[in-house]
Amino acid sequence: MADLSTDCGGIKSPNPFWVASGPPANTAYQVMRAFDAGWGGAVWKTIGEPIVNTSSRYGGVDLGNSRVMGFNNIELISDRPIEDNLREIAEVKKRWPRNAVVASLMVESKREVWHEIVKRTEDTGADGLELNFGCPHGMSERGMGSAVGQVPEYTKLIVSWVKEVARTPVLVKLTPNISDVTYIGAAAAEGGADGISLINTINSIMGIDLETLAPRPIVDGKSSHGGYCGPAVKPIALNMVSAVAKHPKIGIPISGIGGIATWQDAAEFVLLGASSVQVCTAIMHYGFRIVEDMVDGLANWMDDRGFATLADVRGKSLPRVTDWGELNLNFKVIAEIHREKCIGCHLCYVACEDGAHQSIRLVKTNGATAKVPEIIDEKCVGCNLCMLVCPVPGCITMETIETGRAAMSWRAYQEALGKGIACELPGERHPH
Amino acid sequence: MKHVAPKLDDAVYERNFADINPRLPETAAVAEASRCLFCYDAPCIKACPTEIDIPSFIKKIVTGNLRGSARNILEANVLGHSCARVCPVEALCEGACVLNQEHKRPVMIGALQRVATDHVLDRGIRVLEAGAPNRRRVALIGAGPASFGCAAELARLGYACRIYEKRAVPGGLNTHGIAAYKTRASDSLREVELVRSLGVEIQDGVEVGRQVSLEQLRGESDALFLGIGLGATERLRLPGEDLPGVIDALGFIDRIKNEPFRRVDVGQTVVVIGAGNTSVDAATQAKRLGAENVLVVYRRGPEDVPAYHYEHELAKSDGVTYVYYAAPVRFLGQDALEALECLRTEVVADAAGGRSVKAVAGSEFHIPCDMAIVAVGQQKAVDWLTRMFPGVALDAGRLKVDGAGRTSLRGVYAGGDCVNGGKEVVNAVAEGKAAARAIDADLGQPRASA
Repeated sequence: MADLSTDCGGIKSPNPFWVASGPPANTAYQVMRAFDAGWGGAVWKTIGEPIVNTSSRYGGVDLGNSRVMGFNNIELISDRPIEDNLREIAEVKKRWPRNAVVASLMVESKREVWHEIVKRTEDTGADGLELNFGCPHGMSERGMGSAVGQVPEYTKLIVSWVKEVARTPVLVKLTPNISDVTYIGAAAAEGGADGISLINTINSIMGIDLETLAPRPIVDGKSSHGGYCGPAVKPIALNMVSAVAKHPKIGIPISGIGGIATWQDAAEFVLLGASSVQVCTAIMHYGFRIVEDMVDGLANWMDDRGFATLADVRGKSLPRVTDWGELNLNFKVIAEIHREKCIGCHLCYVACEDGAHQSIRLVKTNGATAKVPEIIDEKCVGCNLCMLVCPVPGCITMETIETGRAAMSWRAYQEALGKGIACELPGERHPH
Repeated sequence: MKHVAPKLDDAVYERNFADINPRLPETAAVAEASRCLFCYDAPCIKACPTEIDIPSFIKKIVTGNLRGSARNILEANVLGHSCARVCPVEALCEGACVLNQEHKRPVMIGALQRVATDHVLDRGIRVLEAGAPNRRRVALIGAGPASFGCAAELARLGYACRIYEKRAVPGGLNTHGIAAYKTRASDSLREVELVRSLGVEIQDGVEVGRQVSLEQLRGESDALFLGIGLGATERLRLPGEDLPGVIDALGFIDRIKNEPFRRVDVGQTVVVIGAGNTSVDAATQAKRLGAENVLVVYRRGPEDVPAYHYEHELAKSDGVTYVYYAAPVRFLGQDALEALECLRTEVVADAAGGRSVKAVAGSEFHIPCDMAIVAVGQQKAVDWLTRMFPGVALDAGRLKVDGAGRTSLRGVYAGGDCVNGGKEVVNAVAEGKAAARAIDADLGQPRASA
């Protein structure tokens, strides 16, 4: 069976699945339940001067019959005394020496305060630290969390303070609420960070209660922007993970976070460069038990694909993430509808007609009374829309068309033009 | 009657006649509605005679817009509530659902339609409005689904409509002729009120040709619509048919719907003659009233049973026994029915290429019984029609109409069972609606002096 053990910036764990810093990692009781269930590590809920929370504090977005496609919270860091948290970390570490216990920290932006909390925390035997520079709500109003993580200079400065005294690896958790995450990632690396965790939650308002007109989650008739997470944010997280992983000035291990709920999600983060993955919302939805399939499914997939270790998987898809200007404009696909699978919903037709390129017609076939959709090959631009909306797996596929043209990207075309080499405009003109 | 089945506790009657398709709770409705793919140009719409925009009303259930959902339904079909309960959805909308093609359970369209219509009917929420009066008047005969479909459509266009109903209670078969476990008379009367709320006037207990003359109707209206349905149950014309204990199915069903259950006597052993959908309503309800044995006598085999498959299955699961290949010959008994004499039959290929039924000589057998319910279809209202409308074109006793409900007489329109010979509520509503549009088109256009 594939070896799932991992090392993320010097923090070792038997598998890459870590409970993310958040409500599921609030107490020793929870973290030990998580390890019992099979989680390889846990990042403790952020420790700092205890705060007072609001009631209520979470919001969810549902889609069809799926609850909590998106989730948000306006909860702050741990509301428990620092000494309680530290004592429990020591306890867990003693009982689960092989599992990674990482302490998430957030304190006032003062050098001596950071020095003190780092020393006290490391005395527990924790395997590493994660600096919470990402929390977008509440703490940021007090000059912490994303207020630090949105300014490269602050990030670099505080990381360097921590590194002055830290004996264990230091991860820096980044906020996605910035224009380009790589600036902050590079600053953290310059400050000496051993690894980067991303993404933290995204600023959000979950919605408005149309009865009371109050925004959600409602606190005495009002609300505040909170951190958005859950399955809906995964594509945003994947993009940011790949951007950090590819950035030449960062070059340190990544712990991937953002909407991970299955082994497939985890595999995708690892393929884009993550050394470990962190999960919170899915646990809050279904409990720690979900890790069983995550471990099992990932190992089976790796066995099937011939990957012996996680290192073999890590970053495998990164070279395929490129700038748009590098994409081959002479590559062409068109949709093919496999009529024997078509159930006649005509969603492809109306999607293409109203939302794309009017490249599907409805035709009567021999003997049939109902019309069936048919691709107009010469008009199809290969956009995928019909395939995406089709409810039947495999009914619409995108088929590669031989264009007879050599690969040509926009950049290559521009370069050729610059050198005065006459060449044909790549791709085809839209037929309209 | 020789042996009357013992009466049951009221609670048992209520249990036996409880909704066969219970109301879907609202949360389950949202989950079910979310299964709808929102097809474009959806097959379910085409399968509905009244062309309810099913994907749109279902989408509105998902978004919690139940009022809008009910409006979508009721604008297309004013009897959308009873259709949600009594439509043979397997043969119509749900049978056309594309999910069937993927070997998935179709969306429960009927149950969802009931959720939306219940929402507004329970709360008295008004979703249909009469149109601005156009000073045109239409008289309709028969207060059943066809006239309701026609009058609702006309009222929304601004017509003043008056319906004449010879019975004391309006609603047609919804009130009088459908099994109580599918819909109660009170459900039907709720829809009558919905029709009335559009300004449609219903004159109960007024028979045209008796209490009011046809001339008066013609004088007071610009067009006439006939939604008179069919006549009484066909008689078998067999010896002993007048014995106490031999009854007709429709009268039996009507009593169950409009009287307390315990007042309707049912025999210990009941034989139902005929195997259509009305036979199922009679047989299952006889059983639910407490009959010990219920047998259905049918001249052909199970593959020819004319009832919908699910109706036939319901009868069997209610414990009704089918006696196939048997033809009744006479009713036997001294002062009351004691037995039905039958002959065995064979189904044989006939010269015309069809399959006809042949009685087997000498195969007589007796089914002892206390009650026989005749359910072999309804008579056509030929006598009344030819008396009231001499010369109107008929086809095998049914009114002949063009595709939009125009009879052969100018200004006279028709729809429902008197035209189609006996179909579903939804067909009657659709035909009434089509006739309303024809009336509007004909009256709205300049035409030769009428």
